[in-house]
Amino acid sequence: MAKVYELANTHVFRRAALSKTFADRLARKLFRGVLTLQGLGAFALITLGVILDKFSVARSVIHPRVRHEIYRSGVALVPMFGYVSLALGFLVVGQTVSALAKVGATDYLGSMMVVVVVRELGPLLTAMLVLARIGTANVIELGTARALGEVEALEALGIDPVHYLIVPRVIGMALGIFSLTVYLILGALASGYLFAFLQDVALAPGDYFKQIAAALNWLDFALLALKTVLFGFFIAIVTCYHGLARPLRLEDMPRVAVRAITQGVFICVLVDAVFIVLYLAT
Amino acid sequence: MSETFIPAVIEMRGVNIGAAARPAANDVNWSVRPGEFWVVAGQQQSGKSNLLMHAAGLTPPAQGGCRVFGCATDSFDDAHLAERLRAGFVFAGGKLFNHLTVAENVALPLRYQKNLTAAAAAGEVGALLKLLELGPFADATPANLAVNWRQRAALARALVLKPELLLLDSPLAGLGVPHRRWLQAFLDRLWRGHEWLGGRPLTLAVTTDDLRPWRHPDRKFAVLDEQTFTVLGSWREVESAQIRTVKDLLAEPVETTL
Repeated sequence: MAKVYELANTHVFRRAALSKTFADRLARKLFRGVLTLQGLGAFALITLGVILDKFSVARSVIHPRVRHEIYRSGVALVPMFGYVSLALGFLVVGQTVSALAKVGATDYLGSMMVVVVVRELGPLLTAMLVLARIGTANVIELGTARALGEVEALEALGIDPVHYLIVPRVIGMALGIFSLTVYLILGALASGYLFAFLQDVALAPGDYFKQIAAALNWLDFALLALKTVLFGFFIAIVTCYHGLARPLRLEDMPRVAVRAITQGVFICVLVDAVFIVLYLAT
Repeated sequence: MSETFIPAVIEMRGVNIGAAARPAANDVNWSVRPGEFWVVAGQQQSGKSNLLMHAAGLTPPAQGGCRVFGCATDSFDDAHLAERLRAGFVFAGGKLFNHLTVAENVALPLRYQKNLTAAAAAGEVGALLKLLELGPFADATPANLAVNWRQRAALARALVLKPELLLLDSPLAGLGVPHRRWLQAFLDRLWRGHEWLGGRPLTLAVTTDDLRPWRHPDRKFAVLDEQTFTVLGSWREVESAQIRTVKDLLAEPVETTL
């Protein structure tokens, strides 16, 4: 008996007891995840409701804010996306040409560019970059506003915080990501051809354009628009939810920002997966 | 001759102040009539701010009922926006919007509620800034302003919609002596009927942790002490009150002798 007691107090048993704690922790995390999902869903519905309900309320205040957010999440990022589109074209074409050349299938360069850049990498890369650059700023700005009592001040003035703070960000980010994705795709396709030309691929610009046009159909355009707008919507909702809707103190900010970005990445990948299924189904 | 019934501006009945689990004060009954100037005193963390927040309808009380201009604050939604905007609120420290300049802070409620462009609101905002001597700071952001001017900017923001009731949370906290005097004189002018409000007397309620600057025969006083809200009445009752907190809040600051 004494031996059993002694054994129970060894590191082995202490470590064994940890497995219960681990399960407990896992369950707690899952439960917290469900609660977050519920909160995010409610927040998204409230935001959609406010967008529809207050479409014509205080236009002279909200419209300039929407324009500002479009500039912030779109226009201001154009130089960075110019650089990224060059890199993306180089990366995809560089790898694709060497791979296709081995099997003598460089004629498929245009189709590969459409599949990789238009359908997948372009939208997802844009969403990730905007999430990192603007999503983080959203969490910090809104969290600071919340912690410093600016949200209460808005309510005291009869201003709906969701209408004033969230709606412009959601619209700005949805339109910003859509526009930036189009820029990125066009830039990557152009730079892709440039790098293919530099690699002596025997492909006339007209043929390259024809390959791309043949590989695209109306569904690509429709799904691209829908996907990018959804990326923008969800990124704005996740980052604004963590910044504004949750009780927040200034010292919580770094932890909340990391959580918001992680969840943003998770949701974007999830949305992308849904669209892959849609592409495959059609 | 029957006396005309004047409805209360603020009517609290059986209100518990603060969080439901740990209320700062229980069973608060408070009635504020039009044209009254109330001073609510209490130590720090006694629940003064929560009391004003409940009174403005910004947070619902854990228990009890509160009506502002006859409208229950728990039903303050977009449909009752007009009633809500009859009350102005000045937060402790101002709580100005840090991403906007002073002029933009003051203009925001006017522009939002009346759907005005910045140019259309500029005249009214400029006049108010001039009235509060904030003209030179119109383009400054709150973070670059001293607390004295931040407090004035917060007051301007609350006054821009010309409220009928003004609630100020610790308005004198952290102000320099000239600014304290200016603010008290200005609040007195508002209370008696300022031209900015069309000469209509304003109903006021302020909170404080120092009663001495608010000494005035025509003001009404209440105190939050040991989870109890006590209406004291006039300054005479304040001086004769046997409540420890009141005595503490009337005491002169400790002077150091060299």
